[in-house]
Amino acid sequence: MLKGMLEGKNCIWLVAVLILMFLLPLILPRFYIYLLSIILLTGLLATSLNLVLGYGGIFQFHHAVFYGVGAYGTALMLTRTELTPWLSFIVGPVVAAILGLIMGWICIRLSKLYFGMLQISLGSLVWIIIYRWYSFTGGDDGIHGIPLPEIISSQNGAYYFTLIVTLICLFLMYKIIKSPFGSALQGIRDNPVRCEMIGINVKIHQLLALVIAGFFAGVAGSLFVVVDTTVFPDMLFWTLSLEVLIMCLLGGWFTFLGPMLGAAIIIALRTFVSTFTVYWALVLGIIMMLVIFFLPNGVLGYMEEKLKRRIIEPVIKE
Amino acid sequence: MSQIFVGLSRTVILFIVSSGLSLILGVLRIPNVAHGSLYMIGAFMAFTISKVFGGGDLGFWLALIGAPLGVALVSLIAERGLFQYLYEREHLMLLLLTFAVSLVFGDLVKIVWGTEYKSVPVPHVFQGFVNLFGELPFPLYNLFLLFVGPIVAVGLWLIVNKTKIGKISRAAAVDREMVGAVGINVSWVFAIVFVIGCLLAGLGGVLVAPTVSVTLGMDHTLIIEAFLIVIIGGLGSIWGALLGALIFGLTQSLGILVWSQFGIVFPYAAVIVVLLFRPTGLLKSTW
Repeated sequence: MLKGMLEGKNCIWLVAVLILMFLLPLILPRFYIYLLSIILLTGLLATSLNLVLGYGGIFQFHHAVFYGVGAYGTALMLTRTELTPWLSFIVGPVVAAILGLIMGWICIRLSKLYFGMLQISLGSLVWIIIYRWYSFTGGDDGIHGIPLPEIISSQNGAYYFTLIVTLICLFLMYKIIKSPFGSALQGIRDNPVRCEMIGINVKIHQLLALVIAGFFAGVAGSLFVVVDTTVFPDMLFWTLSLEVLIMCLLGGWFTFLGPMLGAAIIIALRTFVSTFTVYWALVLGIIMMLVIFFLPNGVLGYMEEKLKRRIIEPVIKE
Repeated sequence: MSQIFVGLSRTVILFIVSSGLSLILGVLRIPNVAHGSLYMIGAFMAFTISKVFGGGDLGFWLALIGAPLGVALVSLIAERGLFQYLYEREHLMLLLLTFAVSLVFGDLVKIVWGTEYKSVPVPHVFQGFVNLFGELPFPLYNLFLLFVGPIVAVGLWLIVNKTKIGKISRAAAVDREMVGAVGINVSWVFAIVFVIGCLLAGLGGVLVAPTVSVTLGMDHTLIIEAFLIVIIGGLGSIWGALLGALIFGLTQSLGILVWSQFGIVFPYAAVIVVLLFRPTGLLKSTW
């Protein structure tokens, strides 16, 4: 019952936040709407990373590659083909998911750290190809001024599109985590040997998780195309992947909404810090160190701990 | 043919940097992303030292000694101040911490040295070309690199296999608690190994400085290559790092010859092929 109460309280909060999110474009200036859209899609990216990292225990060090490939897939479809534009928003994520399958298949036979480092390397390979292939991807210039369907080409249109797609994706990911598949994944994270013993095919589960995470990261990439109407190779650079990792860590990676919160904090902070200094990396590095040393479970994890202590401890004492 | 020699001198740089990375990975289990930054700092320090001494020969030789020592000092501060508290934590935390450190280092370099490109002059002794086999003009400096590589390899092998600190660190890599139990201060052993590894990164930075323009961001590409070399060689194996660097350097230089636009893809392809058949690297690793 205690748990139910907590969830009920959270539910009211969530609904309030959602209503606010839908009303915000009426009051906020343009720039903040753009910023909110970026926060939403980056939060989606971080949440998809957390699906494999926090819940699957897989060292996914190069998640940005799926984000970038999803974006490039969508952007290339929109600029180079005459197909209906809506199709390209599916093609991008699907390409990212296929890439997740290929990279996962190559990497999955390696253990944790090997897996992560090989993945960084493969991701860099994809980055180099996109960076060098001028005739196809536009090289280091990227692609600008991508044509969009009428309804989402305005700033508010893009915002609402991002908001709705992000919400749907979050809901789907939540369902995946709560499904038997999600439970198996968490079991594998905690004890892979035992899971193998009771007949769970560990590798297949992990591979499927990588494909799913790749897909949702690709969705985030497609949303970036909608919001910014550009793509550029830095979207796949490995430093971005580690920044997304930090978002998960900062928000709390054993919580579902933690990565979203982490993304919001980092992006808001970056916008704020960049207004008066160019040394954002220095600030980010120091924040990362503080989080690693003092907040290993992230902001939400910390709050949850506090909450538990405040509510449960008196009950135990009684 | 001359492309092979160019590839070999590139191999030397890659080997020196990645052997340090491999040492740190093998003994301390730190996936040190900041290794590339130390390489960059080494190159920038070499620039400053050689400039202070007039850009001549003396400046270069002093830089060759001074810059790695400077990098070693920086790494010692980082290790004692930050890394030593996290050895028992997960690899992921260590990786993120080293990334945080590399971000801070990157901006510190920007603050100290600015954003312009820097260049370090080639010392007079090594200016000019030699003719290999009578017809191949080959830069003398690159020939010098080809001599330095084996010296570093043998020296490192001697340190790891013949000296006391090497033996202790190898034992600590296998079972750090047992080493601590026989009365050895493991914490300082780790610090020494870490500093030696970072010193190699700095040395690589100094050696590469006369051949490229010293610039911000030179750490980002190198660190990925170094990681790849360590992975295909086998984590913690010095000869593995040499072999990996050879494969990487040669496929890179020959690849550019075959297909100039995408030649850079070949080393990565080689890595994938190696790992498909030998997932834990070519040589026996300490992991």
